[in-house]
Amino acid sequence: MIQARGVAFAYPAGQLLCFDDVSVEQGGTLLLRGPSGSGKSTWLALVAGLLTPSAGVLRVADQDLAALNRSARDHWRARHVGFLPQKLHLSDALTVADNLALVYFAAGLPVDRSAIAQGLAALGVADLANRKPTQLSGGQAQRVALARALLLRPRVVLVDEPTASLDDAACATALQRLQRSAQACGATLVVATHDARVLQALPQAQVLAFHASAVGAAA
Amino acid sequence: MTVFTLSWRYLWSRPLATALNLLLLALGLASVAFVLIARDQVERAFERDLAGIDLVVGAKGSPMQLILAGVFHLDVPPGNIALADVQALEQHPQVAQLIPLSLGDNLQGFRIVGTTVAYPQHYAAKLQQGAWWAAPMEAVLGAQVARATGLVLGQAFFGAHGLGQGGMAHDEALYRVTGVLAPCGCVLDRLVLTATESVWKVHDDMHATDDMTDEDREAIAADREVTVALIRYNSPLAAVSLPRFINDSTALQAAAPAVEITRLLSMVGVGTRVFQGLGVVLLGVAALSVFIALWSAVRERRGDLAMLRMLGASPLKVGALLLCEALWLAVMACVLGLLTAHGLAALLAELLMAEQSLALSGWQWVHTVVWVPVLALGVALLAAGLPALSAYRLDVMPLLNSR
Repeated sequence: MIQARGVAFAYPAGQLLCFDDVSVEQGGTLLLRGPSGSGKSTWLALVAGLLTPSAGVLRVADQDLAALNRSARDHWRARHVGFLPQKLHLSDALTVADNLALVYFAAGLPVDRSAIAQGLAALGVADLANRKPTQLSGGQAQRVALARALLLRPRVVLVDEPTASLDDAACATALQRLQRSAQACGATLVVATHDARVLQALPQAQVLAFHASAVGAAA
Repeated sequence: MTVFTLSWRYLWSRPLATALNLLLLALGLASVAFVLIARDQVERAFERDLAGIDLVVGAKGSPMQLILAGVFHLDVPPGNIALADVQALEQHPQVAQLIPLSLGDNLQGFRIVGTTVAYPQHYAAKLQQGAWWAAPMEAVLGAQVARATGLVLGQAFFGAHGLGQGGMAHDEALYRVTGVLAPCGCVLDRLVLTATESVWKVHDDMHATDDMTDEDREAIAADREVTVALIRYNSPLAAVSLPRFINDSTALQAAAPAVEITRLLSMVGVGTRVFQGLGVVLLGVAALSVFIALWSAVRERRGDLAMLRMLGASPLKVGALLLCEALWLAVMACVLGLLTAHGLAALLAELLMAEQSLALSGWQWVHTVVWVPVLALGVALLAAGLPALSAYRLDVMPLLNSR
């Protein structure tokens, strides 16, 4: 569940970014559409609790983010927000399984090895557990990163440009997999994209449009 | 998975850089630790051999030479002194005890010292086998001497003329081993002890000719000499007057070991300072190298670290990860450095022992060495400070800016 009403963010330099209101129910799908630099990243950071809105009310997974201080937001994010970045950011120093174990490390929880194995198996990459990320294909790496995002069964999954480097067929499967996985754990799915194919593949999704003009002197 | 295990994994994900940094840090720490250990051991060895000897009396010459020859048996003595003078000094009211030593001969480079039983007793030396000498030409071997020469109780040996190895053998100087000392870690380990009369006898015989009359023999007896005399004072006040009395009004020279050792150590101190300076430079280089490695690690892993923040790790945790990497380096370098330093000290001790010099022990704990871990931690934290801070302040936004 995500509710945003009158949310605005002021950059340190002074520009003010105002966002359209939006309300997505728990388990729903939201597309953030707009060109680069139109504020999608800022909106994702606000929802993840990395930035604080300068105005408006933002409720994510039944939590009013303004009510949490910085360290409480870190803690809250660890438990309730899954994140799949465009560049995946799997650490080459660690095996696939240990990359997933980082989730527990970051959340300050004891590592649950069987949950990691299950998470990898659910995405069909259980046999890659002991490999290093450099030994994975692009598709395999994305599944591993998705398994990482879903490991703690978050309430919200934030996905950044998931289809940028995929051909049409792979794009469709990847999006299907995303939606299926998010639904499987009842998470609200948020996909930031400027790829028109995503809208076609997820026709029932709500759309929050970002316009370069809304940014003014965009950051 | 903890900060410790994770930082360990990150550390060894760059094995070459880590090994190099470890080497640099360990070398720096080793040289600092080695100087501390060696200095402590040398001071300890001096102190042990000094064992409360207040004053050394011998022939006029260099006071330091007198101390080195008479107490530590490292140098040749400046000459001999008349027995009559020594006996007169023994009667001096400020002298509590006087131990005469007569040098001149050696056994395979180990000095044969003519003295009284008071000498080993002064060091509280114990016999491992046999008995003290009871007559001239009976000898008690120090532990190292017994080990090196392989001589056992009852065996006989010839003394050789002079204090170093070689020298003409005295055919007439046939000693018999009556005892072997237990190791004491002091100068006695590398000495052969015998009665003062043995040394006299050997040299009398050497100068004696068949046509000597009894008068000649008496004349020789009246000219008896010893090499040095070790003195303990009756009261601390003697330190003020007795050395001056001896130096000014007798043909003898008195030297206070404590003063001369301090002088010697301050001379050696220049060398140890150079060595320690080198260690500090090495540590500086190590700090710089660790800093560069961690700094580039933060840059390389910017994405990984930002991802950790995104996964909910606090900035403190991310910063701690970097600090911990430096900490691991410090701990490993500390262990390596101390092992190397103690190993080097042990090697030095071996070398000195082979040269029949000071008795050192390389593996003894030296309390000043606690500064080495402190130094290691200091260097590591200094080097990791800025990288850790930059990890702590890491901006997550670039991770979200898909370009």
